[in-house]
Amino acid sequence: MAAYILKRLFLMIPIFLGITVISFAVLHLASGAPTEMQTMMQPKVSLEARARLNAIYGLDKPLHIQYFDWLKRLVRFDFGRSFSSDNRPVQEKIMERLPITLFINILSLVLILVVAIPIGVLSAVHRYSLFDKATTLFVFVGFATPTFWLALLLMLVFGVYLDWLPISGLKSLNYEYLGLWGKVVDLGRHLILPVLLSAFGGLAGLSRYMRSNMLEVIRQDYIITARAKGLAERVVIYKHALRNALLPVVTVLGLSIPGLIGGSVIFESIFAIPGMGQLFYGAVMARDYPVVMGELVIGAVLTLIGNLIADISYALVDPRIRVR
Amino acid sequence: MPYNASLDMKTPAKIWEISGRMFLAWGFFVLLSCLACSPPGGGSETPGRPAEAGPPCYGDTLITGSIGEPSNLIPILASDSSSHEVAGLIYNGLVKYDKDLKLVGDLAESFEVSKSGLVITFHLRKGVRWHDGQPFTAADVLFTYKTMVDPHTPTAYAEDFLQVEKAEAADPYTFRVTYKKPFAPALASWGISILPGHLLEGRDIMKSPLARHPVGTGPFIFKEWKTGEKVVLAYNPDYFEGRPYIDRYIYRIIPDSATMFMELKAGGIDNMGLTPLQYARQTEYRKFKENFNKYRYPAFAYTYLGFNLEDEKFRDRRVRQAVSYAIDRGEIIEGVLLGLGQEATGPYKPGTWAYNPNVKRYPYDAVKARELLQEAGWRDTDGDGILDKDGIPFRFTIITNQGNDIRARTAEIIQRRLKEVGIDVKIRIIEWAAFIKEFIEKKTFEATILGWTITQDPDIYDVWHSSKNKPGELNFISYRNTEVDALLERGRRTFDQEERRKIYWRIQEILAEEVPYVFLYVPDALPVVQARFKGIEPAAAGITYNLIKWYVPKAEQRYKMIAHSS
Repeated sequence: MAAYILKRLFLMIPIFLGITVISFAVLHLASGAPTEMQTMMQPKVSLEARARLNAIYGLDKPLHIQYFDWLKRLVRFDFGRSFSSDNRPVQEKIMERLPITLFINILSLVLILVVAIPIGVLSAVHRYSLFDKATTLFVFVGFATPTFWLALLLMLVFGVYLDWLPISGLKSLNYEYLGLWGKVVDLGRHLILPVLLSAFGGLAGLSRYMRSNMLEVIRQDYIITARAKGLAERVVIYKHALRNALLPVVTVLGLSIPGLIGGSVIFESIFAIPGMGQLFYGAVMARDYPVVMGELVIGAVLTLIGNLIADISYALVDPRIRVR
Repeated sequence: MPYNASLDMKTPAKIWEISGRMFLAWGFFVLLSCLACSPPGGGSETPGRPAEAGPPCYGDTLITGSIGEPSNLIPILASDSSSHEVAGLIYNGLVKYDKDLKLVGDLAESFEVSKSGLVITFHLRKGVRWHDGQPFTAADVLFTYKTMVDPHTPTAYAEDFLQVEKAEAADPYTFRVTYKKPFAPALASWGISILPGHLLEGRDIMKSPLARHPVGTGPFIFKEWKTGEKVVLAYNPDYFEGRPYIDRYIYRIIPDSATMFMELKAGGIDNMGLTPLQYARQTEYRKFKENFNKYRYPAFAYTYLGFNLEDEKFRDRRVRQAVSYAIDRGEIIEGVLLGLGQEATGPYKPGTWAYNPNVKRYPYDAVKARELLQEAGWRDTDGDGILDKDGIPFRFTIITNQGNDIRARTAEIIQRRLKEVGIDVKIRIIEWAAFIKEFIEKKTFEATILGWTITQDPDIYDVWHSSKNKPGELNFISYRNTEVDALLERGRRTFDQEERRKIYWRIQEILAEEVPYVFLYVPDALPVVQARFKGIEPAAAGITYNLIKWYVPKAEQRYKMIAHSS
């Protein structure tokens, strides 16, 4: 097992380098350099000023040199400084946004698990019942509804007409002056709509997945055995069937690790949440290479780790994979 | 894909923000016009509302909504309008534009331009202090100048300062600059934010903490910046024009304009810019009118249809005039701006001194358009409804940038009208960077719809002079007219306003005759402010020029300032 993990870790290095080379190349293939995005169509900016900015950011060097410069910094865990005019270290820009995005994504993932698994199990157990049909309809409506539209609608109802919830942002203006409990309540009120909405859209996938797993398991011989033993239906379903049906879900969770750091641009923009999605989108539009590369690297590393964890957990639970 | 960076819904607002950058002087204008001083206007109100405001008093918070976030609060390093908008409240220039758009002293108490136009002497205000308590002197001005021309400073605005031959601080309160050649926009260029030399001298400006924690001389003191959320400023009790009545100014970042509009209605923000749709259709009910004051005045910007003059089809002036006759501007303003704009006839704002109202106009006239096209040799010989010449049908593509709905819809209206005179137009909408790099800079476009900001100084050398047609420069339509070239050169060397007026009026006559652009419209700026704010006096410069005189009567104040340490 140790050798297997070691081998997988070793293989990750060339894969990672390949990802960075391709990302770097594709990023530079897109029209427009960061300096140009800042200066194009501005009468007061002369061509000389542009050349000067290019030299300051090292954009006048050949592409492969720029790549190796970037890589050299990366091995020292230095993502460089942003090319946008704030010129801040990329780490700093990512770190101030990462916690918010992680927090919201984890909350919504927990919510999805808590709602989707029971829905999946119950629809499988009572297949074609009214409950099954109703929840199927519900989760697909959630899947199909454009979130931005629903978000605006709910903001209008709860924020403007009823005035129960704040509309956007994460904190009220007087947040600093609230007590600890007040802060928790304030944050909670701001989070209700974003977390509910992002969970709503994600219910369909997991609940359907859970339902089909469960249906598969229920058909197995050992379930018939369990029933034949005279076990209560509750025990059959929740002890014997559910445990086996949950295993693949664990794998899916492993694969969703990289998703946790990615924020949705639409979502964050509508709710004015300063998360990773907006940072990434803004960086791409401004061709802010170091920030984009920084986010891509984190995403790549997490994807690789997520894959590894998924594979390892599979190997742990399913001996057939380990046999070599 | 770990990132759910879907491009559909978000695109409009964000790209609009980026394309907003092309409007050079936007931020600069805000910065210059924010701080003019006018006598405290007790109870001035927008027409139609009772003026019973009572005397000005201190307190309350103004919350402004913004789609974009500042990038850097050292304004010379920033090129986005949000940075300049916020920095404009924290810093001062030596000069500024007042409410009537006249250049007046700001940190300079007075200034003189020598007869030759080569030397400008600024007499600085005494007793002005930086927000950290240090005195402001000519050394700060000299430092700012040196930073601007230092090749290691990543500023986009060095050009005006590279014209300076010599700059000196004659004494702590006198600053003198000498130019190589007379340069009319020189004086206005000193509206640039003066930086605190004592905090920056000898340090790397790119890594300065001032970028996120600025120290200026302006009416508001920087308090806090929460990335992606808000920038908070507090009143400067020692401001040299008197402390602002408002205690706190909060710049809230809300990237989605629909959300911002809801925040406005729910009381989360006090002030924002409305879209024509919001202004005309979504705010005309009683409750809104009771709670908010809407303002409307022409923006400092115009939108145009520009021809690539290197394209064979558009070489003939009669063809360009025909296109101009075939377009109904009134219809575009009604349909796209919902009437909230006016016709553009040239590159200046109607009503300003540089604007020439008597140029040739092109009222909608399809018959005349067809005649001109026929004169130019375009006839429908094969009866397919599209004109042709030498066997080639008259087809061209209008390109514009993605994310600007108003431009896209303008293009559609033009498409339909040109179809009526036998010209087949296609529309292509392209992402901003690719649009500029692949089409505008390489001159591979046929016609484009774009906009310019109208600067306070009428110098438009960079857009119209024939030498400015290299890739990346702004005469991308390749306009060439020797008389215009000579006038532009003379215009920027002339200081006398009457002389300059003649020069720029003549340029407008030529442009109207030659139609290198079809000037389309000047849109209206549509700001809205919560009704508890009094003292707002709309003027040529807009409404924010006297922000420090805005106030809220005690009974209507909403926010208490809890802790203020300055």
